[in-house]
Amino acid sequence: MVSVLLIAGVTLVGLVVHNYVGYPVVAFMLLVSVALLALLYDILTVVIAAVASALIWDFFFIPPRFTLTIGSTEDRILLLTYFMVALVHGVLTRRLRHAEQLARDKEARAGQVRFYNTLLNSLSHELRTPITTILGATDSLTDEKATLSEADRKDLLKELSSATLRLNRQVENLLGMSRLESGAFVVKKDWVDVRELIYTTLRQLEPEVTKFRVSVFAPENLPLVKLDFHLMSQVLYNLINNILQHTPEGTDVVIRAEYQDGQLRLLVSDTGPGFPEAEIPRVFEKFYRLNRSRPGGTGLGLSIVKGFVEAHGGAVELRNLPLSGAEFAITLPADATYLNGLKNE
Amino acid sequence: MNSKTTILIVDDEPQIRRLLEITLQHDFQIVEAMNAREALQRVANHPPDLVLLDLGLPDESGHEVLRKLREWYIKPVIILSVQQDEEDIVRALDNGANDYLIKPFRTGELQARIRSALRSATPEESSARLDFGDVSIDFAARRVTKGGVPIKLTATEYSLLALLMHNEGKVMTHRHLLQEVWGPSYTGESQYLRVFIAQLRKKVEDDPNRPAHILTESGVGYRFVGK
Repeated sequence: MVSVLLIAGVTLVGLVVHNYVGYPVVAFMLLVSVALLALLYDILTVVIAAVASALIWDFFFIPPRFTLTIGSTEDRILLLTYFMVALVHGVLTRRLRHAEQLARDKEARAGQVRFYNTLLNSLSHELRTPITTILGATDSLTDEKATLSEADRKDLLKELSSATLRLNRQVENLLGMSRLESGAFVVKKDWVDVRELIYTTLRQLEPEVTKFRVSVFAPENLPLVKLDFHLMSQVLYNLINNILQHTPEGTDVVIRAEYQDGQLRLLVSDTGPGFPEAEIPRVFEKFYRLNRSRPGGTGLGLSIVKGFVEAHGGAVELRNLPLSGAEFAITLPADATYLNGLKNE
Repeated sequence: MNSKTTILIVDDEPQIRRLLEITLQHDFQIVEAMNAREALQRVANHPPDLVLLDLGLPDESGHEVLRKLREWYIKPVIILSVQQDEEDIVRALDNGANDYLIKPFRTGELQARIRSALRSATPEESSARLDFGDVSIDFAARRVTKGGVPIKLTATEYSLLALLMHNEGKVMTHRHLLQEVWGPSYTGESQYLRVFIAQLRKKVEDDPNRPAHILTESGVGYRFVGK
């Protein structure tokens, strides 16, 4: 489309100016436009443009004008040269682009290798630790020669249970991440009662969450908002769970929801130690873990948060609070409905 | 519980079948099937009182098995699924499954769901009045009380609550609730449901934010539990 317009435009300009500058100059003008097209489009477009513009030049400009006949040998050579130059240009551009593509691919592959190395290191630790616990505990429990006290047996069973839950959490995160990476997941938006979203998610975090002082500020008159309940529930889950994992028991956790100007804002904050300022820009990166953080996480939770929020067209930010603690702020563009007058139904 | 209550476990993983058998054999008689063909055969020969059906079977999908079963089998079917794919679950529930559990699940939860499904499958005397802890419903008088005190409900609120209470313990999909309470043309209008559920919780629950009766099944629907 652009190519047709460009050639037509140049042809028109050519028609106006060829009386002053002579028709060979028009050929150069056309040549420049074909060269420009070669930068933007693939080889087929360039060839078509080259052929079309050659014909146009011949038809409109080479005397005798308005015929495809060419008067002089000079002009014949000129036309042939024109066509060759246009074509060579197209081919060269294509080669250049191909080389660029190869370089990009190579770089992407190198990046991927680095990515998988980090993944494997983190994974082998995070998956093997609970698996080792599970295997060891079952071995001890089934070993007939071992003399385990009743208390030991109970301890081992407790270890089994917590290792399995830990393993399950890692698998959940990995699945969430691979869902994001595959790009094959859909945001299924539906009307959501944000208060219900928050309280349902808090429920899923029991009993750990009951050891913290959680307060929710979500106005009664908050409208229903259109978003993916399941994905956003996972977002809140990961944010709150992050606090539960990294701040001491009894820490204040505040969840705030507000809707304004087509935007839903969800704020999750705590009064814990906060994040090291230098590391804040990196916390949403895949597999990134704070230097001082204790073992147990995959470094996937917050990157899943970012991914799911962005899938909603929103953004998430982290900042340290002035006194103590940190705040995650999610901003989502979302439709809302207040459904007034339903009470009388 | 009647010791002759039979449960058919349909799962292609021997580990899962064995685990379920160990968990349930104390209270129930267990029959097993490892694929769709075997499952349909077992149900046809000796209809069990409940079917635990895995959705991912090697020869045919669990959805297909459910569809074929529901042509004549009316007892509870509980779906077991490895994926938390709401669409998949909603589809199974809309096609007649009574409940669902996502693997991995805790055995306590499984037992509770089985008991609840069996209970609702044997309507004692199809009574006009049901009691769930402090909340009671009198279907004849169209009246709900909490702690003996009648709750003021609008007609729509009553229909929704009555439907949920009538199906106590069972997950009701959004679509199903909308269709039954508001009508077939409202199945996409989930905003009504959200608003009315919030209103009902304010009237029925001690703490509407921590509901003990009207529970949210994330992305799927709602479930009334009696306690």
